[in-house]
Amino acid sequence: MSERKPLLEVDNVTLRFGGVVALNQVNFTLYEGEILGLIGPNGAGKTTCFNAMTGVYLPTEGQIRFKGEQVSGKKRNKITKMGMARTFQNIRLFPEMTALENVLVGADAHNTTSVPTALLRLPKHWREERQSRARGLELLDFVGITGRSDDQARNLSYGDQRRLEIARALATNPALLCLDEPAAGFNPAEKVALLELIKKIRDSGVTVLLIEHDMRLVMGVTDRIVVLEFGKKIAEGTPEEVRDNPKVVAAYLGVPDAA
Amino acid sequence: MTTDTIKKQRRGLHLGNRFRALPKSARIAALIAFVVLLYVLPVKGFYENLGLPIPAGDGYLPLYTTRSDMANVLFQCGYYILLALGLNVVLGYAGLLDLGFFGFFAVGAYTVALLTSPDSKLITEYNWLESPWPWLVTVPIAVALAMLSGVLLGWPTLRLRGDYLAIVTLGFAEIIRIVAKNQDWILNGDRGIPSVAHPPGTWSDGSPIFGIIDWSPYYWLVLTVIILVIFLIRNLANSRVGRAWVAIREDEDAAELMGVSTFKFKLWAFAIGAAIGGLSGSLWAGQANFVNSATFSLENSILVLAAVVLGGAGSIGGAILGGFLVIYVPEWLRSVGDVFGWPDSVEVFGVHIDVSPTSLRFVIFGALLIVVMIYRPQGLWPNRRRAAELKDRQKEVAPVE
Repeated sequence: MSERKPLLEVDNVTLRFGGVVALNQVNFTLYEGEILGLIGPNGAGKTTCFNAMTGVYLPTEGQIRFKGEQVSGKKRNKITKMGMARTFQNIRLFPEMTALENVLVGADAHNTTSVPTALLRLPKHWREERQSRARGLELLDFVGITGRSDDQARNLSYGDQRRLEIARALATNPALLCLDEPAAGFNPAEKVALLELIKKIRDSGVTVLLIEHDMRLVMGVTDRIVVLEFGKKIAEGTPEEVRDNPKVVAAYLGVPDAA
Repeated sequence: MTTDTIKKQRRGLHLGNRFRALPKSARIAALIAFVVLLYVLPVKGFYENLGLPIPAGDGYLPLYTTRSDMANVLFQCGYYILLALGLNVVLGYAGLLDLGFFGFFAVGAYTVALLTSPDSKLITEYNWLESPWPWLVTVPIAVALAMLSGVLLGWPTLRLRGDYLAIVTLGFAEIIRIVAKNQDWILNGDRGIPSVAHPPGTWSDGSPIFGIIDWSPYYWLVLTVIILVIFLIRNLANSRVGRAWVAIREDEDAAELMGVSTFKFKLWAFAIGAAIGGLSGSLWAGQANFVNSATFSLENSILVLAAVVLGGAGSIGGAILGGFLVIYVPEWLRSVGDVFGWPDSVEVFGVHIDVSPTSLRFVIFGALLIVVMIYRPQGLWPNRRRAAELKDRQKEVAPVE
């Protein structure tokens, strides 16, 4: 692999909550067009790392650069507009909005209609509305929930809600899509379908960062994997390398007592 | 039974859906008929032609409030409806609890009073103005100033959420009232500002349209403004702005992470609500002729809040219904006693106790409010989406068995 352009650089990031060190000098780089898996046992700091990237937390030390630009300290909605979108570990849709409206909120990230334009129904309002709607329906189709556009998000099945979240994130037109345990609560068949969806997203030109527990899913879809344990990076490499890494095995299965 | 048929049945029972199912021409005709009805409400002849003669003295009619002038009551309803529509943007759409909404009404009313009264200190003491301005010119200024005060209040406070915001806005309204009451250099305290201008216009015989005796023209004016405001608010609600508001209300963090500039849109909601409140205040001042601090007591803010909650937050129809009811019902109750021959006072052990509906009307109204809130917490005419949110939250508090 030559000439890979870094998209996201996590540079020596440390995050402390009082005395608790949630992330300890974590380093990794995400290259354009790849699917990177971020794994680790419970409480390893995966979601914290996510939150630091998307502006929810401010790193105590270190830098996060997206497209070469410093992310930390930027407003969260600005980071989204820069091209980083995410889903949530526990689904956070707008439950009473319809599926299409949920996606439209995402698409609105790049629309500029504000109060005066909407108040007077200027042409820009209609144009953006039409384009966003078309794009929204297209995305619902893309993630596989065609025909549910007018249903309230809360009335969708669990799996469809997860898909809708992905559609909403994609609507913001991201360069990087961060999926926080998208397969949580899925049965094996649904997981296979999700795997295909993630590949489809990558093939459409979006880089994917995947937090996941299910090792089979991670092994099947990712190009590279970063392993965290207790807030520290313990391994990085291709799925095969990581699988055979004794540190990783120890982290997941425990170390046999040297008695 | 499949869920689809259940859904269809439920839709069949829903009045709004039945209305939407009508052909477009029928809907428009019904709407026009309704608007015309609203315009003739204060006309006595209308009731007579219905075959409901207005009896001399304290007669009673099902609609007409006999103990207070109908046009007067309707005008009051009108500016409360306007206030409720404004607060509905803030509370109903964006979900921001504003307890001091009447403060913006005060800003609008005082702006009009200061600029149009010949006794305004801007003219008599400071010579900032040579002569009073006409009412019509000052209305946009009043709206702009109210909007500005909304932005100034929102800028530092909209970083707060929920209860904290409520307390700060409550403080804002009280500050305006107390400053107006206690300082003398411009707003003239309790002595107030007299001779505030009326809206312009004369009848063909030369008498002013907006006079002192007949309130109907004020009602027609405020009704026209309400219709206009409804159109504008609907435009906002069905756009990127309205979506952003709902998203903020449902999950502020998720909205922000999806690229919604939450602060900007909350500030807009605040500014628009404030502008409508100021507009209402300037219309009221144009009628009232006299503005002093006593008008802006806290209970007015609470009454507007009650109107929005009673009607159903997040729905334009609800705000209108609520704004109408909070004024109309107490006034109507004044005349109800006349039907049943209810005594104005009773004597208990030689003590006269006032039990007239006039003095008990707020007690009765309060009781009615409680009953409505117990049996219909989502409001009388709720926004379906907000009603569902409320239900979800109730489930979180007390799981249904």
